[in-house]
Amino acid sequence: MYSTTLFDKLWSRHAVKEHPVAGTLLYIDRHLAHEGSRNAFSLLRRRGLKVRRPDLTTAIVDHYAPTTSRDIAQVDVASRRQIIHELAANAEEAGIHLLDLAHPSQGIVHVIGPELGLTRPGMTIVCGDSHTATHGAMGALAFGIGASQVAHTLATQTLWQKKPKQMRIVVNGQLRPHVTAKDLTLAVVARLGAGGGTGYAIEYAGPAVEALSVEGRLTLCNMTIEAGARFGLIAPDQTTFDYLRDRAFDGDEETWQAQLNDWRTLRSDAGATFDTEFEIDAASLKPIITWGTSPEDGVGVDCVIPDPATIEDASRRNSKIAALAYMGLTPGTAIEDIRFDRVFIGSCTNGRIEDLRAAAQAIGGRKAVIPAMVVPGSMAVKAQAEREGLDRIFLDAGFEWRLSGCSMCAGMNGDLGRPGERCASTSNRNFVGRQGAGVRTHLMNPAMAATIAVTGHPVDISETQR
Amino acid sequence: MNPFTLHTGTGLPLGLENVDTDQILPARFLSLKPEDGYADYCFRDLRFDADGLPLTGTPLTSDAYAGATFLVAGSNFGCGSSREGAVYALQHIGLRVVIAESFGDIFYQNALVNGFLPIQTDGETIRQILTQLQAHPRTLIHVDLEAQTVSVDESVTFNFQIDTFKKHCLLNGVDEIGFTMSFLNDIRRYEADISPK
Ligand code: SF4
Repeated sequence: MYSTTLFDKLWSRHAVKEHPVAGTLLYIDRHLAHEGSRNAFSLLRRRGLKVRRPDLTTAIVDHYAPTTSRDIAQVDVASRRQIIHELAANAEEAGIHLLDLAHPSQGIVHVIGPELGLTRPGMTIVCGDSHTATHGAMGALAFGIGASQVAHTLATQTLWQKKPKQMRIVVNGQLRPHVTAKDLTLAVVARLGAGGGTGYAIEYAGPAVEALSVEGRLTLCNMTIEAGARFGLIAPDQTTFDYLRDRAFDGDEETWQAQLNDWRTLRSDAGATFDTEFEIDAASLKPIITWGTSPEDGVGVDCVIPDPATIEDASRRNSKIAALAYMGLTPGTAIEDIRFDRVFIGSCTNGRIEDLRAAAQAIGGRKAVIPAMVVPGSMAVKAQAEREGLDRIFLDAGFEWRLSGCSMCAGMNGDLGRPGERCASTSNRNFVGRQGAGVRTHLMNPAMAATIAVTGHPVDISETQR
Repeated sequence: MNPFTLHTGTGLPLGLENVDTDQILPARFLSLKPEDGYADYCFRDLRFDADGLPLTGTPLTSDAYAGATFLVAGSNFGCGSSREGAVYALQHIGLRVVIAESFGDIFYQNALVNGFLPIQTDGETIRQILTQLQAHPRTLIHVDLEAQTVSVDESVTFNFQIDTFKKHCLLNGVDEIGFTMSFLNDIRRYEADISPK
């Protein structure tokens, strides 16, 4: 018997048909739809096609969800109200289960999938959203697609795919205190570059990955696309199974055990080979903060802003010089000396309960010196945080405590910064204008963002808060 | 999808690397319908300042490149968000082809299914094309998809790679959903096999 990778196992389980030219027709077990699915539904309508398996799609309002009210009448921009209405109308017409604005399980699609047990090991999962690799953290083959492929999925429950190359990143040792999965993913993206993973599926493995909670694993896989790779995955283990025990299962013990026996086979065999493989020493990592306008621009909090003048390639040099100009920064400035105007804690990268616990803990009884906003990744996360009293900690420190949604990650609901503002953000993209025209976004972990809220600048929390 | 076979036009030398889909079509316009046109929003923040006045010093607003149908960019063009609107927006400003050193995966797929041709070539060739277009903005570029060749004036010519299936679909305007529908029996059989017995 020859050795195969986790990716190969997931792939071959879902191969409906091999075609010599078109590739593999992959069966899709679960499709998650948010407001952006509107284009896909109109494509279907134009062709007179029906949703083939409405039972395998779940629809969620997240990108345009207002975070101050669950009343759609409060959404003041007509086109935003309209796109939320259209998701509901499309779901209803097709018979798709909808988690609308007021639903107690509402949340960001990549937070609620695992949370509700919609995401399980061994599945194929797609969503019209580039951060779908998040679900790979549960041992699923999950990838982001565009509107035409969403339409293809709705119409056929399949997609034609060609097998990507495979990469394994082994993270040895253990992360230091206050160095998180977010720092690990920012380190991976910095090492590979924003396009370095293009064409690959990335499996994360090694002791530091195994030691991560499910929340941490989701954060790690979430940003895989920021290195260009559409797939990120982690072999499911006891941590995954414990997380899923009460979420993905209501049958008898015997069936659960049979399920577990199958899930336990979902790992790369000992002799499995990868097209590319490298190791990272977890203990060498510091909390990371980005300085530029690409997620690849991360450096340790104890570093200075690099000088792009030394970059040989002209196109790359010019892009980095433009990034620094946009960010209003100069080479050589210490990261710890950057002054901030605003803080956003949330998103599908860092809007889970563990993230909110870390942020609340970092406040340490201090008060916010700049506007800071906490947006839980789901209403369930919000409820859990409130049971633990985290909302009180945030509110007492002068942070805003909002309702769940994508919010300032992409600002589609209108939660935006002002031009020129510098924002400490736990989201995944620091692109030009992502958080509002002219807003300067720095990516980081939740405890760092909370620290900035109460001090105004980054602090090496891995040194001060042992 | 409309077939894509041959095309000749002028080019817009954008250069730049890591042009993400948020720059191609900013998120704040995504609640608007593509049917109503995205031309005004394509590269919005690279073309206009906060007051809506055109920015100078970029080929995107230069008269010299008006009417271009080829866009020439650096590495990792179309990275980031999966929004297919980015492809519609590029089409709505009249573009038909992007030549870049590399592409974001999802953008690349989105382009192909919309009959918009993404052409990948090496960094040296990109630099030559950019130089040529900067010196001679009206230079004609010609692409022949069947032959997988591009010529920029007579000065730069090169071959490019494209997936055989995607090429077939582009040349013949094949709609992938229609193609897949011919495999419905295979899909049904698969579903019968995996459903709990
Ligand atoms: S939180 Fe941000 S990255 Fe995640 S799905 Fe929402 S908009 Fe996309």
